[in-house]
Amino acid sequence: MSDEKEKIHIFDRQENVDRLLKGFYAICILLVVLDLVLHRHIGFAWEKLPAFYAVYGFVACVLLVVIAKKMRNVLMRGEDYYDE
Amino acid sequence: MSELPPFLLFFAAALLAAFTRGLPRQLILLATPVVTGLYLWQGINPGTDVAYSVMGYELSILRADKLSLLFGYLFCIASFFGAIYALHVEDTKQHIAGMTYAGSALGAVFSGDLITLFIFWELLAISSVFLIWARGTERALKAGMRYLVYQVLSGVLLLAGALVYYHQTGTLEFNHIGLDVGVAGWLIFIAFGIKCAFPFLHTWLTDGYPEATVTGTVFLSAFTTKVAVYSLARGFAGEEILVYIGVTMACFPIFYAVIENDLRRVLAYSLINQVGFMVTGIGIGTALALNGAVAHAFSDVIFKGLLFMSMGAVLYRVGNINGSDLGGLYKSMPKTTALCVIGALSISAFPLFSGFVSKSMVMTALMQENHGYFWLLMLFASAGVFHHAGIKIPYFAFFHHDSGIRTQEAPTNMLVAMSVAAFLCLFIGMQPQYLYALLPWEVDYWPYDLTHVLAQTQLLFFSALAFVWLNKQGLYPPELHSVNLDAEWFYRRLIPAGTHRTVNFLQRAKASMVTTVTNQIQGMQEQFGKSPLAKYHLSESWPTGSMVFWISIILAFLLLDIFSLGPLA
Repeated sequence: MSDEKEKIHIFDRQENVDRLLKGFYAICILLVVLDLVLHRHIGFAWEKLPAFYAVYGFVACVLLVVIAKKMRNVLMRGEDYYDE
Repeated sequence: MSELPPFLLFFAAALLAAFTRGLPRQLILLATPVVTGLYLWQGINPGTDVAYSVMGYELSILRADKLSLLFGYLFCIASFFGAIYALHVEDTKQHIAGMTYAGSALGAVFSGDLITLFIFWELLAISSVFLIWARGTERALKAGMRYLVYQVLSGVLLLAGALVYYHQTGTLEFNHIGLDVGVAGWLIFIAFGIKCAFPFLHTWLTDGYPEATVTGTVFLSAFTTKVAVYSLARGFAGEEILVYIGVTMACFPIFYAVIENDLRRVLAYSLINQVGFMVTGIGIGTALALNGAVAHAFSDVIFKGLLFMSMGAVLYRVGNINGSDLGGLYKSMPKTTALCVIGALSISAFPLFSGFVSKSMVMTALMQENHGYFWLLMLFASAGVFHHAGIKIPYFAFFHHDSGIRTQEAPTNMLVAMSVAAFLCLFIGMQPQYLYALLPWEVDYWPYDLTHVLAQTQLLFFSALAFVWLNKQGLYPPELHSVNLDAEWFYRRLIPAGTHRTVNFLQRAKASMVTTVTNQIQGMQEQFGKSPLAKYHLSESWPTGSMVFWISIILAFLLLDIFSLGPLA
């Protein structure tokens, strides 16, 4: 996510952010390709799915955030709710 | 030499800290964990047992084996970086509380019987609450009180459980207890469960820890829950219910962590999530799982300490730790940022970082025992950890949009403390054999193989991808000033509000009843006054004397009746 390289205000420049994201996407693609090429040990049947961990990680986090957002409707109160 | 219980060194340091100031005190605070750690390492052998007897009971104040020693080393490490981090603090009571607290944790893990354990259990509670109160705010005062109620309740349950256990089994030794012994087992189990932050019993942690002082939270995060993990591992290893509890603990807090604004409270939720992995390992109960549980406790104290230290540094410099108000701090606190990221990568269990070498043991154990669905849930929790602790914490504090806050880098002592912890995160992650050699159970395990590394890296990178995607789509929930209702709502809102309403209702009911009855009586009197009976002399108000007179006549009549005719029969 980060690295503190040469200068401090590194992410003020949009091209640096883009560069970081491009590198990040490249690693993601590489990881999927590796999954297709290399052989993983299989413990459970579902692990056989190609790029199982990648798909699972992505879906899990999207679900997590979507559900957490919905939870706000029910659970969220003002900051001094308990102090009133 | 090995007769000396290690906690005494800390208690002595607490005493000295009360009477010294400045450099001498700083040296005492730094030397104590180092000396104690060396003493544990060189002076105490597994198998040591120092007994004492009180009122005819054989109690053991220093029982050492590999399990207790592992936690002993860990607590020395934690109090070492905690002490460096708190070196600038001049508040004497915080130093006394910190040393007593760390010493009590050592005392607890070396207790060989339930009564000694209970004593340190309560000392943990009492000493630690001062780290919350020392913040000095009204909120901290109240949160500390609630915290204390929970902790003392846990102690009371432990004592009750210990007494029932003694009654049933005739021993107070603290070894495997299990739930099969009935009430005693359950009482002790719940006592441990409170300190371990089981679901619904966890709110003292998320309520109290974020209200503590900058340095206090670092101490708090290290000891209480880990003493509980140790106690569960010794007393309840292999209890299946712990797998259910642990999985729940690993899963539910991550939802709260995503929507929580106070970043130290996010870490408190993620602490519960990490303890969930340990509890699950204890519940599985195989050698690999138990090793994984205690190894993860070891890594967790260090990386969670590091994360709390980095957020503490932000709070110390900026005076605020709400995600909604921070951002762009990497510009003014680059070193803290880098150290925080190391902690974030460690808690996320990236290969080469400490979380990876310990958490994977629990995951592998789940797989070996064929707990498929639990394994999937824990994988979900692992992805979730990265999402809220690995990305959210550094992102909202140090990157995100520029909040315009310009401040200084953290003080040197804080940077040193964080560096020590960060070094250990990397060292454990890259050279896990040293940690593995300390583990209590004999297992041949090595985390670095192609499958593990590839699987974990994929999981984490695609969790990060989800974060990037959600942000780009504008779907990521913004940080908002808010409170999210949790189990504490029951006693902070429902019960007080319920009591308030009930009292109000009863008062209103009483008032209206009194009016009704008085009106009725008045009406009756008026009616009576108008009737001819009112003229009759019995209806006049009598003096008390005449009443006494008539009663004595009735009594005299009764006496005569009883003596002359016998009892009325």
